[in-house]
Amino acid sequence: MTTFMHRHILSINQLSVQDIDFILDTADSLKEILERPIKKVPTLRGRTVVHLFFEPSTRTKLSFELAAKRLSADTVSVSASTSSVVKGETLIDTAKNIEAMKPDIVVMRHFCSGAPHLIASRIQASVINAGDGMNEHPTQALLDLMSVKEKKGGFKDLKVVIVGDIKHSRVAHSDILAFSKMGAKVTVCGPATLIPKDVESLGSKVELNIDKALDKADVIIALRIQKERQGKVLIPSIREYALRYGINERRVRLASKDVLIMHPGPINRGVEMTPDVADATNSIILEQVTNGVAIRMALLMLLLSAEQDQ
Amino acid sequence: MNQSLKKLNYSLLLEGARIIDPFNNLDEELDVLIEDCRIKDIGNIRSLSKTTQKIDLNGKWLCPSLIDMHVHLREPGEEYKETILTGTKAAAAGGFGAVCCMPNTNPVNDNPSVTRFIIEKAEKEGFCKVYPIAAITKGQKGESLTEFGDLKEAGAIALSDDGHPVSNANVMRVALEYALGFDMLIISHAEELELSKEGCMNEGPVSTMLGLKGIPSAAEEVAIYRDIRLCAFTGARLHIAHVSTKESVNIIREAKRQGIKVTAETAPHYFSLTHEAVIGYNTNAKMNPPLRSKEDVDAIIEGLRDGTIDVIATDHAPHSELEKDLEFPLAANGIIGLETSIPLSLELVRKGHLTPLELIAKLSLNPYKILNLHPSSLSVGEIANFVIIDPDLEFKVSKENLYSKSYNSPFLGKTLKGRAIVTVCDSFVTFDLLNLL
Ligand SMILES: [Zn+2]
Repeated sequence: MTTFMHRHILSINQLSVQDIDFILDTADSLKEILERPIKKVPTLRGRTVVHLFFEPSTRTKLSFELAAKRLSADTVSVSASTSSVVKGETLIDTAKNIEAMKPDIVVMRHFCSGAPHLIASRIQASVINAGDGMNEHPTQALLDLMSVKEKKGGFKDLKVVIVGDIKHSRVAHSDILAFSKMGAKVTVCGPATLIPKDVESLGSKVELNIDKALDKADVIIALRIQKERQGKVLIPSIREYALRYGINERRVRLASKDVLIMHPGPINRGVEMTPDVADATNSIILEQVTNGVAIRMALLMLLLSAEQDQ
Repeated sequence: MNQSLKKLNYSLLLEGARIIDPFNNLDEELDVLIEDCRIKDIGNIRSLSKTTQKIDLNGKWLCPSLIDMHVHLREPGEEYKETILTGTKAAAAGGFGAVCCMPNTNPVNDNPSVTRFIIEKAEKEGFCKVYPIAAITKGQKGESLTEFGDLKEAGAIALSDDGHPVSNANVMRVALEYALGFDMLIISHAEELELSKEGCMNEGPVSTMLGLKGIPSAAEEVAIYRDIRLCAFTGARLHIAHVSTKESVNIIREAKRQGIKVTAETAPHYFSLTHEAVIGYNTNAKMNPPLRSKEDVDAIIEGLRDGTIDVIATDHAPHSELEKDLEFPLAANGIIGLETSIPLSLELVRKGHLTPLELIAKLSLNPYKILNLHPSSLSVGEIANFVIIDPDLEFKVSKENLYSKSYNSPFLGKTLKGRAIVTVCDSFVTFDLLNLL
């Protein structure tokens, strides 16, 4: 029996609290497989998952591929350099071509916000948004939820502080939606130039002063700063960012005693956080990576079982 | 005008229509007798010859020729999106007797040969009058001025770099100043590019929700303010295209109060839709300037009410699937508007924001005045030029029902209320939805 009735995973917005609980529980039970000596089950044998990546990605793609393989699905990877996008083919054409290969699930990352939504409206297969432009990265938010739930037991009234480039971060966007939906209190912090307009409407508070933002925080999520942004109007230098917004030991002490330190990776050590913070015992950055595989396994399974039910 | 069109060279009585004529400040139920292509009589007409054809227009509006002073006809260069033929057909179906076409064609209308091409083509094939607007700068590059004198002589009605703002303030100053010698109107597409760069919708809660790069309303407002100050300084005539924000309305209102010679237009979508229309990454709700907030929409309506905004023009911008069936950030800006202008504008009357006379003035008297054009009005002796509107007729906006070659409209699939049923331009019947004539 399943209560999961979604065909696609495009946005945290589409998921109810019950959906999210169900995904987290499913991931939790699948995580056990990852601890086995033979980390493979036949659940998705004969199913095909296409990984369609229009933007370079190592970690997310690896995590999705591993998740599919652990469940015995066949996987195909199409990346921007090997796809015909470079030859001027439209996204719709690419999608139709992939559709012709009869995949069950298309995992898609694209540099344009809304691109997976466009594909989802045109193909039969299920679509999982693996990051679209500066819009969303729902699987990252789900794995962040899972990682916090493991340590804290729940989300009610937890103070979650997201620090960094909120404006361009799809992780921030999905995390704000996900944590606030589950009952946590989300605060975003960073240089004002990197805070999107009306971000409060997504369900977060804004605190520009990092020390105030971190006060009694239960969870700190530091986001990657794109080094390319420095000197290009929005921030004067990485150096100043690290000084003013970087998470260091002093700042961690402002948070609650058992604060969790998180980062979606890859970290710029010494920029978003000092090495001692990244490696501290309360840092769960590596657990996030493990949970990422479990969450993606859960989604692949739930999407395909929902499809069978229909 | 297209010579294959039927002419009103017979005796025709338009009976009992509500005549809404801002040229004569008239809003009254009267009969109009047409004879030999001209208006023979207006009033309560009894005595008729036996051969006179009668049409009962009870409940319909009879208005003077409407003009849309901001359209993109795409010819020459992008005939797969629209042509002078299809664009003017769409205009006639939308109730318009005339359009002004923007110069961002390929080649750009920055020299008399392109201006003449458009005029000649329209004279041969057109379903309405076409008044070309020529570019302010060569190639619309914002660098050196086009030859205003030659362009005016060739038939250009005004000047604009629409689609691209004139970024360099000094070039704009010089253009306004140089235009004085030719008494030409400069139409400003007001946008500060450094602020709007890479943006694809209004910056606000919806852009944040959709993760789309925003265009701040300030990008329009600072540009309008710049051009108004330059207009005041040079004493030239300036018209602001597609006003979309609350503060833009306030800036223009204040400028008019100061006696500066500035006029302004808005498009139906800016008083009919908000940025929420973009939700779902709807590329048919993508245009520049972008759809704004509810507060902006209310201010645009207020600007129309108090006369700050003189004109309703559609910014009819046809695009094919090649430009629109794409990822939202990559899709082209612009929507078609000619065939949805009347129903959307009628909503302003239905909601009590404008009187019928005020509305029709914004679609005829005001733009004609701004352009220094003197169309034949609804007066005895004038050549027949009018539109009959059924304010209650509902119709579905669909690919099949549209006369435009493109169907990039956010109203696609929607049922709208009120439309032109007959359009007559210089006595030619350019549109006759119900075969009344
Ligand atoms: Zn424009």
